[in-house]
Amino acid sequence: MDSSFSARGEVLRSIRLALGQRMEAERVAAQYDALPRDYKRAGTLSQEDKLQLFLRRLEEYGAGVKFVARDAIREEIGGKLAARGCRRLVIPRDLPAAWLPLGFEFIPNGGEGELSPPLGAAEMDGMDGALTGCTVAVAETGSIVLQSGPRQGSRALTLVPDYHLCVVFAGQVVETVPESFAVLDSTSDLPTTFFSGPSATADIEMTRIKGVHGPRFLDVLVVD
Amino acid sequence: MKPAVSSHWSDRDFPEAARELLEDSQTRSNVRHATDVIQAKRDAVTGELPDWQQLRDAGEAIRAHSLAHLDFYLEQFEQACTRAGGQVHWARDAAEANQIILGLIQRHSVTEVLKIKTMTSEEVGLNPYLETHGIRAHETDLAELIIQLGKDKPSHFVVPALHKNRMQVREIFQREMHLPELGERPEDLASAARSYLREKFFRLKVAVSGANFLIAENGAVCIVESEGNGRMCLTLPDVLISLVGIEKVLPRFRDLEVFLQTLPRSATGERMNPYNSIWTGVRPGDGPKEFHVVLLDNRRSPILGDAESRQTLQCIRCAACLNACPVYHQTGGHAYESVYAGPIGAILTPQLHSLEEGRSLPYASSLCGACYEVCPVKINIPEVLIHLRGKIVEEDQKTLRGQLGIWNLGMATAAMLLASGARLSMAQRMGQIAQKIFVNRDGMIERLPFPLSGWTQTRDMKSLPKQSFRQWWSERAAPSEASVGNPDRAGHAAGRGGPDGQ
Ligand code: SF4
Repeated sequence: MDSSFSARGEVLRSIRLALGQRMEAERVAAQYDALPRDYKRAGTLSQEDKLQLFLRRLEEYGAGVKFVARDAIREEIGGKLAARGCRRLVIPRDLPAAWLPLGFEFIPNGGEGELSPPLGAAEMDGMDGALTGCTVAVAETGSIVLQSGPRQGSRALTLVPDYHLCVVFAGQVVETVPESFAVLDSTSDLPTTFFSGPSATADIEMTRIKGVHGPRFLDVLVVD
Repeated sequence: MKPAVSSHWSDRDFPEAARELLEDSQTRSNVRHATDVIQAKRDAVTGELPDWQQLRDAGEAIRAHSLAHLDFYLEQFEQACTRAGGQVHWARDAAEANQIILGLIQRHSVTEVLKIKTMTSEEVGLNPYLETHGIRAHETDLAELIIQLGKDKPSHFVVPALHKNRMQVREIFQREMHLPELGERPEDLASAARSYLREKFFRLKVAVSGANFLIAENGAVCIVESEGNGRMCLTLPDVLISLVGIEKVLPRFRDLEVFLQTLPRSATGERMNPYNSIWTGVRPGDGPKEFHVVLLDNRRSPILGDAESRQTLQCIRCAACLNACPVYHQTGGHAYESVYAGPIGAILTPQLHSLEEGRSLPYASSLCGACYEVCPVKINIPEVLIHLRGKIVEEDQKTLRGQLGIWNLGMATAAMLLASGARLSMAQRMGQIAQKIFVNRDGMIERLPFPLSGWTQTRDMKSLPKQSFRQWWSERAAPSEASVGNPDRAGHAAGRGGPDGQ
């Protein structure tokens, strides 16, 4: 586009004019590396305290949290789904079959090499919920991060259905936000979603109200 | 003349607009309640981090570094975003940004689009522009929806409808969504918004957003939100257009580890807001098939050239300075008559208009410094305010109107009077006589005639005392040797017998 090309040139020229002397890339990089980063970049809590903090934070946001043993995942998932009255759930295509309890309908969606087209938003809206894993979780802020990686599926999957059941392995929980970025950094090109509790708003009189457009109900199983 | 598109809404100045708002007690109490609540939460969650100051230092350093090499990082962003399947457009000003966005929308032959809250689109006046071209933009953020349906203007850039309470919101929703039975609990109101918008999320094919951050190294865009309306717009439509100020770029993905701590804690007083989305370009089978970024200059680049006010562009729009500001606390956001309210608005708005508009805004501050103290990227707002006041005065003095202006005349008169004791006491005697009709029962002056009204418009003034210090000093009995040699006793004597007001 012609005019946009000249706009580009003009904006960059105007910036350079304002900034004056330019630096070559290596020196910019060296300057960047020397920026002060004296904030906390590693956690200090024991594994036990870290998991307790994670649980507390999620509960503060109004999520249901439970610690479960590795060999009880399937049973615990069944328990949660029954308690929430869910029957039909959408899942990422690569979710381990061993997680899936009998008596529920699981509809795989998204992921590589699928044969059927992904569900449309309206179809997804007809589901009772979604069941996924995650990439990493942050105890200090009660956040869980999805990266469209293994066991996580596409972004719509954990957005449209009104209920999300998320399985987090204890080893995936870090204490601080910077530690989570250390994990995410190598796959930073993937769509990345941090969620901290169910969707909420404080737009009316600054009261945090659960549930606007994202899933209004969230349960987290932390697997030891 | 005012340009057709402006982030500054009217020709009224701050004191005029503020006077009107100060009389609206409902709005004032809504604003006070909301800012008190956010501020208390913000203080709690920033106070609990032992490394809060180190995070501020890092945030400041990263933002300042990005601005110092803005051309470099923007080009890097453009390359990476394009490689990931995105399309980057550049807009010199508001009109150009609007044209680009309209063109992209028209290519898809739609007449309705989704919007995620973006102050940048308010700045360029996108919605009214699209409206005149037959395109309706649906705001999806709850607060923006309240503003849009209520035909109102945002007053705060994190909680744009904070000047409205639940009863007022209910009235708007009842009327505009045709829900006469709607309840007044915040839950009822949120759920009304959910059903009103859900159908639109599923049906509309084009969404327009802003962005909180751009990442130069991988071309990623980051949006921070609460409700999930952002995720809906970023995920479901086929086409996504993000309008972003050129200053929003960060060098690397990992820089977010600083800002995703400082922004939510400063903005809403949460350890983390419910949702953050970060994406690069287009990903087959997941999200929009077409992604555009419109980079907006709109007079940002010249600000980079002023060493003292460049820091204005470090802003990450957390609005903590609004909540902390005693002036904002009293007047709310509308008094600033500008998209960007509060202390940051007071320095940003006039600069975005090359000091041609919003000239009264740098005076809308008592320079108490609360804004600087809370700022997560350490923008020294009082310093920039004073700098801009200086620039405005300097410019004024170059014009005849400025030279005859009240400030200039006042300062010249003061210089003349203060230079001579005799002239000063004569002026004081004249003042003591002349003021009689303006002094109220409490001994205060609330309103003076023009041209002195400029001073009393925003403050009450103590009347001149019956006796000035100089009069008292010359009329009092000569002090004894002892009290002269005893400053303590002399002080007491002055305290008892001195004229009031000294
Ligand atoms: S100036 Fe600082 S405190 Fe104010 S909105 Fe910007 S980042 Fe926040």
